[in-house]
Amino acid sequence: MAINKDLVAASSTPIVLAILAEGDSYGYAIIQRVRELSGGHMEWTDGMLYPVLHRLERLGHIQARWETAESGRRRKYYRLTPPGREQLAEERRQWLAVDATLHAIWNALAVADPAGPRAFAAPLPQGA
Amino acid sequence: MPTSAQASSLEAQIEQWRSYLRRRQAIHAVDVAELEDHLREQVAGLADAGLAPDEAFLVAVKRMGDLDALSREFAREHSERLWKQLVVAAPDGASPARVRTDALAAFGLALAAAAAIKLPALFGMRLDRDVGFYARNLGLFVLPFLAGYFAWKRQLGWRMLGGLAVAFAAAAVFANLYPFRLNGATEALTVLHLPIALWLPVGIAYAGGRWLQGGGRMDFIRFSGELFIYYVLIALGGGVLTAFMAMMFEAIGLKAEPVFATWLLPCGAAGAVLVASWLVEAKQSVIENMAPVLTRLFAPILTAVLLVFLGTVLWTGRGIEIERNVLIAFDLLLVLVLGLLLYSLSARDPQAPPGAFDVVQVVLLASALLADALALWAIVARIGEFGFTPNRVAALGENVILLANLAWSAVLYLRFLRRRAAFASLERWQTHYLYVYAGWAAVVVVLFPPLFGYV
Repeated sequence: MAINKDLVAASSTPIVLAILAEGDSYGYAIIQRVRELSGGHMEWTDGMLYPVLHRLERLGHIQARWETAESGRRRKYYRLTPPGREQLAEERRQWLAVDATLHAIWNALAVADPAGPRAFAAPLPQGA
Repeated sequence: MPTSAQASSLEAQIEQWRSYLRRRQAIHAVDVAELEDHLREQVAGLADAGLAPDEAFLVAVKRMGDLDALSREFAREHSERLWKQLVVAAPDGASPARVRTDALAAFGLALAAAAAIKLPALFGMRLDRDVGFYARNLGLFVLPFLAGYFAWKRQLGWRMLGGLAVAFAAAAVFANLYPFRLNGATEALTVLHLPIALWLPVGIAYAGGRWLQGGGRMDFIRFSGELFIYYVLIALGGGVLTAFMAMMFEAIGLKAEPVFATWLLPCGAAGAVLVASWLVEAKQSVIENMAPVLTRLFAPILTAVLLVFLGTVLWTGRGIEIERNVLIAFDLLLVLVLGLLLYSLSARDPQAPPGAFDVVQVVLLASALLADALALWAIVARIGEFGFTPNRVAALGENVILLANLAWSAVLYLRFLRRRAAFASLERWQTHYLYVYAGWAAVVVVLFPPLFGYV
């Protein structure tokens, strides 16, 4: 199952902010975390994460710093800022509203069309 | 475990990927470093999962995504990066201190030029009264400082410095020794031609030791065009500033014009030459040259105008009416065509094969030559009636010089289009011809006044 581009783009901000709320992180680790959390369904194009990070940095939601990793390579870490935390709370409210709306309509459909729930409840195909 | 051969080939692949990424304008070096860290981590992760290094590299690059799309995404986030900004940064290998001294030297010399133009006032000269003196010496107030700036910057040897000093001293002698009649034609010719003659020593100083190679002279041609454009821009800015200041002082009931006319305008005009030169030097590798861009815009338009003009002459059978200013107008036309030719040459890759724009250039040259030939024919046929005044002889001489340059340029260009000659021959012809302009200007300054009795 490939998630549509617009959905990936729209969800990238709350996902990145939420992952950084768990602790400071860097690009590759964020991608790995997304993969892990989504069970492999969210396949981001790796490079595309960076413009998102730079945008969040410009907006002041996150802050970047360079550190030397144990391998000796220099690595750019990102940290959630207090305004970023507020933004995350706001995003969370909005996504919960979207989620609640979708839930309500799925339930309503399930009541109207008993064949529906099975289709929705079908296990997700693996490795899509 | 990867062997050392595999590891070094992986390094080579990463190096290649990095250099490919660096060419993207929207992706800066720090971003490349960030992306490279990601790529290396990804490769290491995949290698741990059992992939061979080169396989891991391919997968990692694929996951990174299409570089064009990535570059577009970066450009969207950092749109300011697509606009090159003039940051006067140290070029490779030069220290920031050196850049600062360079700027200080340029601004110091600009102040010196501004002071030089006010110096004669100490000896009772006045700008509004002694117009002739100021006009004849205009080049001498500014160009020695410009030559001095380049002499300092290129660290010229004593012999070249001596040569430059002799050239400027000679110019000062010829500008002031002759007993010109007040407001005479020969004086006006000296005013016009002395700066042209002095532009040659400035060029020699600019090129440093590279004057005798074609490249140094071509660089000087590029520099001259950019300097002209920057000077015009600074002059426009100065005009706006002056207008505002006049308006503000007007508001408190003070007339500011005398201060502008005697201080701001002459000092600003003199100093701006140095400042514009410094800007051109500082920006040469940062910002696209403007002169070639304007050339590309106007060469086809001027070609169309000339063709329509020639067509109209042929269709209506009208001869060119010889009036006072026709010769000068055609001289200016040839100067314009020469400028368009020079600046398209200066920006052209000499190795590139002939293209459509080259054909436009040849048509432009041919039509300008034809139009000028018509004018010249009309003038030569009737010059006996008009007599040889200094103005007319100078204008005629210039016309012949430009005509010869453009005619031979057209021949060389045609040979190049038919692949009989290299493009460099055209460049060589133009850079060698610089001597002819300076030489003719020197002849006008040195020989015309005595020949025509200082009228």
